[in-house]
Amino acid sequence: MVTLTLDGLSARYGRRSILSEITTPPLEGGQVVAVLGPNAAGKSTLFRRIFGLLAGGGIVRITGAISERPVAYMPQETGVNAVLTVYESVLLARMQGRRLNVKPEDLAEVDRALDELGIVALGERDIGDLSGGQRQMVGAAQALVQNPEVLLLDEPTSALDLHRQIQLLSILRRLAKERGMLVIAALHDLGHALRFTDQALVLQGGTLVDCGPTEEVVTPELLYRVYHVTARIERCSKGRPQLIVEEAV
Amino acid sequence: MHTGADALPSEQPAPEEGRTFYRALVLRRQLILAALALALFLSLCVDLALGPARFSLGEVLAALFSPDDVSLQARVILWEIRMPVALMALVVGASLSVAGAQMQTILSNPLASPFTLGISAGASFGAALALAFGVVIVPAAVDYVIPINAFVMAMLTAFAIHALSMRRGVTIETIVLLGIAMVFIFNSLMALIQFFASQQAVSAVVFWTMGSLTKATWPKLWISLGVLATVMPLLARHGWALTAMRLGDAKAESLGVKPRALRLEVLVLVSLLAAIAVAFVGTIGFIGLVGPHIARLLLGEDQRFFLPGSALCGALILSIGSVLSKVLIPGTVIPIGIITSLVGIPFFLFLVLSNKKASW
Repeated sequence: MVTLTLDGLSARYGRRSILSEITTPPLEGGQVVAVLGPNAAGKSTLFRRIFGLLAGGGIVRITGAISERPVAYMPQETGVNAVLTVYESVLLARMQGRRLNVKPEDLAEVDRALDELGIVALGERDIGDLSGGQRQMVGAAQALVQNPEVLLLDEPTSALDLHRQIQLLSILRRLAKERGMLVIAALHDLGHALRFTDQALVLQGGTLVDCGPTEEVVTPELLYRVYHVTARIERCSKGRPQLIVEEAV
Repeated sequence: MHTGADALPSEQPAPEEGRTFYRALVLRRQLILAALALALFLSLCVDLALGPARFSLGEVLAALFSPDDVSLQARVILWEIRMPVALMALVVGASLSVAGAQMQTILSNPLASPFTLGISAGASFGAALALAFGVVIVPAAVDYVIPINAFVMAMLTAFAIHALSMRRGVTIETIVLLGIAMVFIFNSLMALIQFFASQQAVSAVVFWTMGSLTKATWPKLWISLGVLATVMPLLARHGWALTAMRLGDAKAESLGVKPRALRLEVLVLVSLLAAIAVAFVGTIGFIGLVGPHIARLLLGEDQRFFLPGSALCGALILSIGSVLSKVLIPGTVIPIGIITSLVGIPFFLFLVLSNKKASW
């Protein structure tokens, strides 16, 4: 099974240090890992650094991967005005680095990715006509169609309605378990992090301030220290932890 | 299709409606490409048939497929005189349209083209230097001095834009503005040349800048075709990456594309295409704008269809332009650049003023 370890990872934009000395224990496939932290904590930079889009110090160590390109990365959603259907835009994500001719198995993979995310009906739509939330689901399909072993998702639920947020995170959790995939997602909703993720990395000012099982990491003390809010965590009737935020300080 | 969240079936076979839709889409596009190719062939035949000596389409087809069956006169007129001009319309049209299509793709700007980025203006300036003052940048046979001057200045313009675009903080929007600045610079220099040049030289410069296919010869055609035939496969090789560029740099990067390196390589290739085309026939504007937009409307932006579609559309427009240049005023061949501008300017205004997503 795939394992990803960050060892002393750092990144800079010009002279400005954005990330410094990010070191994690081995993060194993089959898990969903939340990357948490306030705005400008360095979450997007961490994804870009792991994916190799930014140079910097330290090592990203991936062991146990089977494929040549084990990592897929979904950046934060931006508007597009390309004249492409959703189906084409997902196929395009699969075909990068491949020959121009499309094989039946490529189309089957596109169908599978759209089906996994429940967006088969969007296939014929132009991507320019989609809402922000629909584009975000298509972005997830573009990442999934690559059959990654490590899936990096930068705020994958930011434009989704509540139903779609729960749906996407449930699917990701299931796929992680079924495929032995390591899913790492930046999330702003700590309630979702508590419910759907196994581990959490907390960034603040470009440094890793905490790392471990989500329920142990997301505590009222951390929320006060990192997010500057007072909060408490209670358990619902099903035993799930529920985050109740009281006020900003 | 899944509808729920946690209770989702996991091992069901994926539905096939997406595949079915996509295969139909591909078939439709293949048919459109075939129709464009057929229309192009018909336009070529009409273009060959028209001129001071008129031929029927039957005679043209006979001359094309069994030259021994037609008279020597018809053979000479069709093959030696009209064919290089008619084919040059196809090659130049395709080159300018492909250049425009890829400039629009990599710069994410619907108004990018060899004309609006100053490459045509640079070529005009190079030609004007030779026509007005006899300035020869690279010594060559008389027939090639002006094209070489035009080519060198067009490439220098392209490289100036590349060099400036590599500076830190320069965005793709800035590149388009740099191109427009280039157009203004060369327009000023052209005015300066015309101020100092003789009356005769000014006439020659003005005629050159109008763009005319009558400058075409077989050797020039082979050179232009050779460049087009070299550049097209190099662009096609990046088909998936170029299509991904239309999703924006961040998305393209996330799919493994290197936008800056690809942008530079493609800019060099399409500058070469545009510079060669403009150098041989003069300024023919708006093909690089109109051709790609029609291709986009018909075929979408999957480069496997968009690239050949742009080439076919550009070739078809210029071939039809060549026909119109002969028939609009009987007995006179209007410079083709005037025809393309007359058609292109309203289209350009339409693009600027309309906010239709379908055209971009």
